[in-house]
Amino acid sequence: MIVAEQKPLEEIKGLINEANKVLVVGCGTCVTVCFAGGDKEAGILATSLRMNTKLEGAPKDVTHLTVQRQCEWEYIDPLRDQIGEVDAVVSLGCGIGVQALAERYPEAIIVPGLNTSFLGLPIEQGVWEERCAACGECILGLTGGICPIARCAKQLLNGPCGGSQNGLCEINPETPCAWQLIYEKLAAQNRLHLLMEIQPARNWSTGRDGGPRKITREDLRLVKKEAE
Amino acid sequence: MNTADGTPLKIVAFCCRYCSYAAADLAGVLRLRYPAETRIVQIPCTGRLDTLEVLHAFEHGADGVMVAGCLEGDCHFQEGNLNARRRVEHIKQLILQIGLEPERVEMFNLSSAMARQFADAATSMTQRIIDLGPNPLRVADRDQMNQMIEKPAG
Ligand code: SF4
Ligand code: SF4
Repeated sequence: MIVAEQKPLEEIKGLINEANKVLVVGCGTCVTVCFAGGDKEAGILATSLRMNTKLEGAPKDVTHLTVQRQCEWEYIDPLRDQIGEVDAVVSLGCGIGVQALAERYPEAIIVPGLNTSFLGLPIEQGVWEERCAACGECILGLTGGICPIARCAKQLLNGPCGGSQNGLCEINPETPCAWQLIYEKLAAQNRLHLLMEIQPARNWSTGRDGGPRKITREDLRLVKKEAE
Repeated sequence: MNTADGTPLKIVAFCCRYCSYAAADLAGVLRLRYPAETRIVQIPCTGRLDTLEVLHAFEHGADGVMVAGCLEGDCHFQEGNLNARRRVEHIKQLILQIGLEPERVEMFNLSSAMARQFADAATSMTQRIIDLGPNPLRVADRDQMNQMIEKPAG
């Protein structure tokens, strides 16, 4: 899932300082399960903004609602009226949700309430870790299901580096060395031969280095009606 | 009991069903005195405490919020009260950002037999709120109301 964290109240307030009527829009998917931008958090942000601005003598009219997914037109199309009635919208979706709203409602002021952090999972309740960097060419099949792109600080394809000490990465004593994990996993599965093959330099154009990415599936596209 | 400027107080006490609510009940049976401003809300376990409900209590004019669960180690649902304690710490941070004093919310732990301690906790919380003064949101409401009366629209 996409993991995010709420911005400090002061920062959010700064983004909407010219607005009187504000709508906080939560998202019912990834950011709900990481407790950053679901209906509960949207409610908490709305009441916090109402109380804080009232205490400062310039109360804002802040309401909230939550859609199932902010990153699909179907779910945000019904918001036209509510968005039309306010001066600014604080999106508690991930960066994709914010941009979807901004694209669908070009005249509206849409600001982010979250910092979208990474693609990861809760390793226990309340603790999230990064697992995938969306590199566009997955090599988990060679690495025992442990991602060296997202989890090795140097994104090595033939690790570990000399900074691997007692299973930990040199960048931080709390970060396990991804390549140590890969080695241990493959050793336990008797598949160390996978590591004997040297991985050639990689073509990073499938990742961020290739610029914005796009996938088109002709088999799924809807037939466009010919202009009459 | 009123604050220094005579405003009557409102303190909301979220009490767990198995211990602190029973302690409050026993305090009543024993006719122990505790401040009448304490408005008790029964919750099944303090682990059920909802951050949003505490914030709404403040938004709607509560001057203080007590959260009272079982003694640590004695929670009917094992760890609900320990979770609640961390949540109360989080709520303190939230209300500080909002502009309210974090001391307006506090966690207490009581067994169902601790009627006297319940009355003492309610009294000490009330005294703390008297010292802090009324919820500034209510003061802001009153100031805005007065402004409207002084300067009628039109
Ligand atoms: S190899 Fe690429 S796609 Fe696969 S998990 Fe790692 S970053 Fe994600
Ligand atoms: S110590 Fe391990 S995880 Fe850290 S940079 Fe080197 S190979 Fe990557």
